[in-house]
Amino acid sequence: MDVASIVAALRAAVPGADYQPGTATDRPTVIVPREHLVDTAKVLRDDPSFRFDVLVEVTAVDYWPDEPRFEVVYHLLATTIPSQIRLKVRLAGEEAHVLSLRTVWPSADWLEREVWDLFGIVFEQHGDLRRLLMPEDWEGHPLRKDYPVQIKMKAKVHQPLQLTEQEFQANIVADREVRGDRTRPGGDLT
Amino acid sequence: MPMTDLRTETMTVNMGPQHPSTHGVLRLVLRLDGENVVGAEPTVGYLHTGIEKTIEQKKYQQVIPLVERMDYLSAQSNSFSFALSVERLLRIDVPDRVKWIRVLLAELQRLNSHLVWLATHGMEVGAVTLMLYCFRERELFLNINELVAGFRMFPSYIRVGGLREDLPAGFHAAVTEVLDRMPAKLAEYEDLLTHNPIYIKRARGVGVVSKADALGLGLIGPIARAAGIPYDVRKAFPYSGYETFDFDVPIGATGDVYDRYLVRIEEMYQSLRICRQALDRISPAGAWAVDDPRIVAPPKDKVYTEMEALIQHFLIHSQGFTVPAGEAYVPVEGPRGEHGCYVVSDGTNRPWRVKMRSPSLMSCQALPTMIHGGMIADVIAVIGSIDVVMGDVDR
Repeated sequence: MDVASIVAALRAAVPGADYQPGTATDRPTVIVPREHLVDTAKVLRDDPSFRFDVLVEVTAVDYWPDEPRFEVVYHLLATTIPSQIRLKVRLAGEEAHVLSLRTVWPSADWLEREVWDLFGIVFEQHGDLRRLLMPEDWEGHPLRKDYPVQIKMKAKVHQPLQLTEQEFQANIVADREVRGDRTRPGGDLT
Repeated sequence: MPMTDLRTETMTVNMGPQHPSTHGVLRLVLRLDGENVVGAEPTVGYLHTGIEKTIEQKKYQQVIPLVERMDYLSAQSNSFSFALSVERLLRIDVPDRVKWIRVLLAELQRLNSHLVWLATHGMEVGAVTLMLYCFRERELFLNINELVAGFRMFPSYIRVGGLREDLPAGFHAAVTEVLDRMPAKLAEYEDLLTHNPIYIKRARGVGVVSKADALGLGLIGPIARAAGIPYDVRKAFPYSGYETFDFDVPIGATGDVYDRYLVRIEEMYQSLRICRQALDRISPAGAWAVDDPRIVAPPKDKVYTEMEALIQHFLIHSQGFTVPAGEAYVPVEGPRGEHGCYVVSDGTNRPWRVKMRSPSLMSCQALPTMIHGGMIADVIAVIGSIDVVMGDVDR
């Protein structure tokens, strides 16, 4: 199927959705409105003329500083026909969120977590949207184009607890006053 | 005391990140009820090196060595898919001889990678002999890499627009020697495992993935074929002239560890078939890159004698080449499944965005499905059978 017939079939199956054909030449590309993504995905999976049973890849592209800033890209595969298609959802930088496809294809789970981790795009109703590759306490989303790369940052290290000798002794004394333990085996430390 | 009064609780056990059978640094948080696994949570990311971010600052040819370091056991699957995607954007078609050489290298790579899988999987289920045998034969494939490119693990020999240079003298003889030697060796491995009752007990009915699960979890590759899904990128969407080769795609029935073993062993025989056909087609000398001075540097003798060639040489090695704006995703069938490379170009000499599709990431995601309800000892067998490379998962 070429792009025009896919777009026509989708418009018939999902009323009210404004699909745009993409310009890519390697495979049919359809730009899907954000609010119709899940409906479109279900049609593509269940319709006997499509049968896209595998979600191969979810990724995103950041076009900062242009708007709409993000493109979330889905690569689908129909193993039986076989055929391939690419879906795109365009998102403004201010409202980078889209509904999760985890209920349609379970493989979206980690793929969407990776996109959230590296781009900061929120997948609503995902249910388990945590960082996948970066550490849990990481700040920022590294694959964004406005994420700093060529600057030197001081490494954050955990500072060990530093006590002076006087503070150390005072702590022991205070501890014994609280516990009343003056006759411990091993002798008096002070 | 009646059994119902016994206090029972599940136990949480950390397997990894440092565990010999996790093939890198995969951490599995297992919830155990006695010896039964009732929950599993894989944690990945320990090897994340931000390669995709680094790529955005590199020129196109400089990306090749970087992507090869993702899936370090099948380095040339990564560079192959990257080169194909960029060539699609450049709208160039490489000469037939380059296609055959790439196919030959890709199939040698598959044999190489499957040997490491067989070695580690065999060792983990108790067949240590197999580990020594397979690493012995893997050396032959690394020697071919060394002969061709000077590198054993990361040849960087497949380039955008063709190959790095022509094949060295003695290439045909070296490959023929390895291809002649392999069938007997594969039979030797099969003698050790295929009908071994201990291995069959460890592998039959363990780590089962149904057809529906395999598709839903995106496990296209040997794991899905073992579950009975006859999908192979080389047959469905042929690239680099695979449609002209004669080979079969082995299919399993049940999707358990044993079927995955059988599928991969048969894939090695089929790879040998493809290698022989490709080797027969490769002439000892001929074109090794596309004839396009914008992309391929001129030969050295011209650089020393012609002004235009010197300028071209300087331009290609300092600025690289520009790629028309657009996007392309060309998948290849790697040893672990579909490797793909999504390249977005903005028309400059550096990629705007490169995303590598990682088959190991999908296998890792499917691990809980495979090991849920099984025994803890089976976890080792299952991890070995899905053949994850953590460098590919974390990138």
